[in-house]
Amino acid sequence: MSPNTRRHLQSAAVIIGFFLFWEAACVLFHVKEIVLPRPSQILVTLWERAPAIWPHTVQTLYTTLVGFALGIVSGVLIGVLIGSSRLAYDVGYPLLVGFSSIPKVAVVPIFVLWFGAGTVPAVLTAMIMSLFPIVVNVATGLATTEPELEDVMKALRATKLDILFNVGLPRAMPYFFASLKVSVTLAFVGTVIAETVASNRGIGNLMMIASSSFDVPLVFAGLLVLALLGVGLYAIFSVIEGRVIGWARRKDDFAMG
Amino acid sequence: MSNARDEFVRLQQVTLSYGRGERVVHALGETNLTVGKGDFVALVGPSGCGKSTILKLVTGLLSATTGWVMVAGREVGAEPVRVGMAFQNPTLLPWLSIRDNVMLPLKIVPPFRQEYRAKRKTEFRDRADALLEQVGLKGFADKYPWQLSGGMLQRASLCRALIHDPQLLMLDEPFGALDQFTREELWAVLQDLWMTRRPTVLLVTHDLKEAGYLANRVCVMRARPGHIVEDRHVDLPRPRTIDMTYEPDFVSLTQRLRALIVSARADDPLPAATGEPA
Ligand SMILES: Nc1ncnc2c1ncn2[C@@H]1O[C@H](COP(=O)(O)OP(=O)(O)OP(=O)(O)O)[C@@H](O)[C@H]1O
Ligand SMILES: [Mg+2]
Repeated sequence: MSPNTRRHLQSAAVIIGFFLFWEAACVLFHVKEIVLPRPSQILVTLWERAPAIWPHTVQTLYTTLVGFALGIVSGVLIGVLIGSSRLAYDVGYPLLVGFSSIPKVAVVPIFVLWFGAGTVPAVLTAMIMSLFPIVVNVATGLATTEPELEDVMKALRATKLDILFNVGLPRAMPYFFASLKVSVTLAFVGTVIAETVASNRGIGNLMMIASSSFDVPLVFAGLLVLALLGVGLYAIFSVIEGRVIGWARRKDDFAMG
Repeated sequence: MSNARDEFVRLQQVTLSYGRGERVVHALGETNLTVGKGDFVALVGPSGCGKSTILKLVTGLLSATTGWVMVAGREVGAEPVRVGMAFQNPTLLPWLSIRDNVMLPLKIVPPFRQEYRAKRKTEFRDRADALLEQVGLKGFADKYPWQLSGGMLQRASLCRALIHDPQLLMLDEPFGALDQFTREELWAVLQDLWMTRRPTVLLVTHDLKEAGYLANRVCVMRARPGHIVEDRHVDLPRPRTIDMTYEPDFVSLTQRLRALIVSARADDPLPAATGEPA
């Protein structure tokens, strides 16, 4: 068995073990369903009520992806601006830090005020949640260009755009993709927050309604769906990352063996 | 030696200060230096005496505080002069193959950049491969920087500095991080490149043997503020060999240079500790 397979088996065993432990603990201590349902109950609920849950899942996924896409576009633009201009850095960074420390729940009502309840506030919340890590990472990536390399480029009379496209952006790619993995999960959080507060569709809304009618297994089924979506998207972006910026890792692999 | 007609670089009463007010650092005092077209000049001197600063002035990365920096008969930057640079750190781009790294200047410098798309798979590619072969990197063009040793990277970095046929080649301790044998090998490579292409070269180095072997002229500098204290011609025939560096003439040259630098350092035991009166 290769060390890699063993590692995967071990981690899978621990994860399954966690759920078994949960199941056993619920049975042993007679935990009520309304407090903490057993994993098996959650799975059953998920299976039985799939037709009801499915449209909400699609809605949440769709909202998240649209918000995330907007977050990527605006995040890269802002990141490039901040990373390549001193003035934009001085102005933009404090603004950004201040903005990102505002709890996003507090912003949702404003979006609702502007755009009405529904999909738009959720998309926007997903976007602003995913924005910050992308901006910071792209800006950092651009700023780490070696000064000597910049001298070489400037001595060639390269324009700012030449430097950006030939050196800055490729250099920022590993940072960018690392941030995507984090951002996509944050986008989910944003969507669900907005759906919980101000929407009549989506997993967030489903969970809100379920909890107000004490349908706890359904709440947990919603959580499970969110977790699965999050893990799935994280995995997809990890694979893309590995494909696109293999050069940033090869060095380490090379050194190890 | 060089008359006014074939002079290529001229520093006239140039001074340079970094920063201003309380924090001002007078990196370069009044400096005059003339380099003929196709000449090979080495700058040596204690650390912090302004060698890198001179290179940056000549490439236009810095502008002189006072005085004039002329390149090709005009103020630096006024006319596009093709410049190649290489540093102690090879700074190749890790996501590009060695060939693409070497071709980078062709993507940027006119007139090549207009033709880059059309020629990168044919003419420019052959040009890069030929240059790589000349420095002994035949067969490594498709490798990536992490697959090469430090000496090989430095060879590739030299190729990148030369691919666009620069009129001016700026080398800042290019072999500083290499072992003695690799270094001596690369001296021969650089001499060969210089003799075939004849760019005007300014080489900064801490290795006096390297300066004597490669350069036609060696300028010794002194710090606080930086200025040139000695300008020596090296009248050895080309191509030079490592054996020549053990001959009495050469040894006495390097000893003389060494004495100058030692005395420069003795006057200035702690370059960073004392501040210039502002
Ligand atoms: N960006 C800067 N800001 C302020 N002072 C600087 C800057 N760059 C260089 N200096 C100062 O200018 C002086 C000359 O620097 P320079 O880099 O030209 O030295 P050098 O001769 O190349 O030294 P070394 O051999 O160590 O590379 C030094 O005293 C240094 O402290
Ligand atoms: Mg230096």
